[in-house]
Amino acid sequence: MMQFSDWDILRNLLLAARWTLLLSLIAFTGGGLVGLCLTLARSLRNPLISGFIKAYVELFQGTPLLMQLFLAFFGLSLIGIDVDPWTAAGLSLTLFSSAFLHEIWRGCIDALPKGQWEACRTLGLSYLQTMRYVILPQALRIAIAPTVGFSVQIVKGTALASIIGFVELTKAGTMLNNATFQPFKVFAMVAVLYFIICYPLSLFAKHLENKTHVTR
Amino acid sequence: MSLVSIDQIHKYYGENHVLKGVDLKVAPGEVVSIIGRSGSGKSTLLRCINGLEAYQQGAIVVDSQAVEDDEYKLRLLSRSVGMVFQNFNLFPHMTAGENVMLAPKLVLGQDSKTSRAHAQELLEKVGLGDKFDAYPNNLSGGQQQRVAIARSLAMSPKVLLCDEITSALDPELVGEVLKVLEQLKAEGMTLILVTHEMNFARDVGDTVVFMHQGKVWETGPSDEVFASPQTSELQSFISAVL
Ligand SMILES: Nc1ncnc2c1ncn2[C@@H]1O[C@H](COP(=O)(O)OP(=O)(O)O)[C@@H](O)[C@H]1O
Ligand SMILES: [Mg+2]
Repeated sequence: MMQFSDWDILRNLLLAARWTLLLSLIAFTGGGLVGLCLTLARSLRNPLISGFIKAYVELFQGTPLLMQLFLAFFGLSLIGIDVDPWTAAGLSLTLFSSAFLHEIWRGCIDALPKGQWEACRTLGLSYLQTMRYVILPQALRIAIAPTVGFSVQIVKGTALASIIGFVELTKAGTMLNNATFQPFKVFAMVAVLYFIICYPLSLFAKHLENKTHVTR
Repeated sequence: MSLVSIDQIHKYYGENHVLKGVDLKVAPGEVVSIIGRSGSGKSTLLRCINGLEAYQQGAIVVDSQAVEDDEYKLRLLSRSVGMVFQNFNLFPHMTAGENVMLAPKLVLGQDSKTSRAHAQELLEKVGLGDKFDAYPNNLSGGQQQRVAIARSLAMSPKVLLCDEITSALDPELVGEVLKVLEQLKAEGMTLILVTHEMNFARDVGDTVVFMHQGKVWETGPSDEVFASPQTSELQSFISAVL
């Protein structure tokens, strides 16, 4: 049986952590883009579009991410579409993130007092001008901290992709544990690596929260 | 020729019949004070005049423009009608000067230099010439309200609607805002004010409109209305607030 030094374990975990990072990045970027489209579409106030988006959000917030992963991975292959773990994980994490990011952003827009809209209307600003100069600048300020905060959830969410055979940090930890039978050491390292990724994000979110001295 | 002409308007919020056939004519340069109990429809009437609320029956004409539920027409109307709110509604992420300059730049297409000079002038007029670069949350309530007035004036409205603009202020700050209104009246601005400041309504206002249960219950020249209220409702209202 092959012997693993501590360094070997760490090295393998670090290599796998790249995929955790990459998958997180894909989910965050993809989810952000889709979430942005949803937010803009929602603000058109078309009842049909808004209804559809509501259902979309309910669907992804109301079911476990794990089920979404299973459906993307096994479900799609059942109907004849073959997906590799990469696609399945990237797709479901993107959709999952988009629903949550949309909710965060819409909440930030809704949190602004109605009076801001009314002041703009009485000054003769158009809807787009109101959005661009008054609503979005304020919404962005309050959105940054929860958005960065949610990115921590995404990083931790990628651990679930291990179940469909995607070799990221958690999956690598499981495999290394099977080879070394040193669960405490291996999973402690895994945990520390997650912490090293997530902690700066949390700090950053806090920093942003303080820096953007939210006026009012 | 009236600047504002309101003819038999009815407004419903669902089942709630809030305005029940309101008539009101306002001449250019006139200062009209709308008084009445909470819930009598004062704010709703004001908000119908600039199209913030749609009404179901009747007609409102302001500066020869019909107030209709039409996005484009309402935007045109907003150049004639300014509004100041009870809680200021300043844009908190902009300085006082930027608050005042925003609409002239975006809506009237003024260049930065013109709008800046005009904003400075207006802030001086409301006594805040040194606060151009101050953010709203570094200003007192009275100062914020004066910035809001300057912001409305920047669009050169023909009539300014004020909805209880001193009600959110500490008592010692009310005077500085009322002083600005007096100054505007002296310059010939048309003002329609919903107010609890009875002394101001009596001494500065030309006309008083007493609203009760969604109707104009009693109206007339300020001094007369306060000196000899005709209806028992107005009598009891006046004795309760004075
Ligand atoms: N946005 C709204 N939706 C439903 N009802 C409203 C709304 N605004 C006001 N009302 C109702 O309309 C009536 C008149 O309100 P309002 O015009 O605010 O009175 P006032 O300004 O004289 O206190 C009240 O019964 C109030 O409950
Ligand atoms: Mg009111």
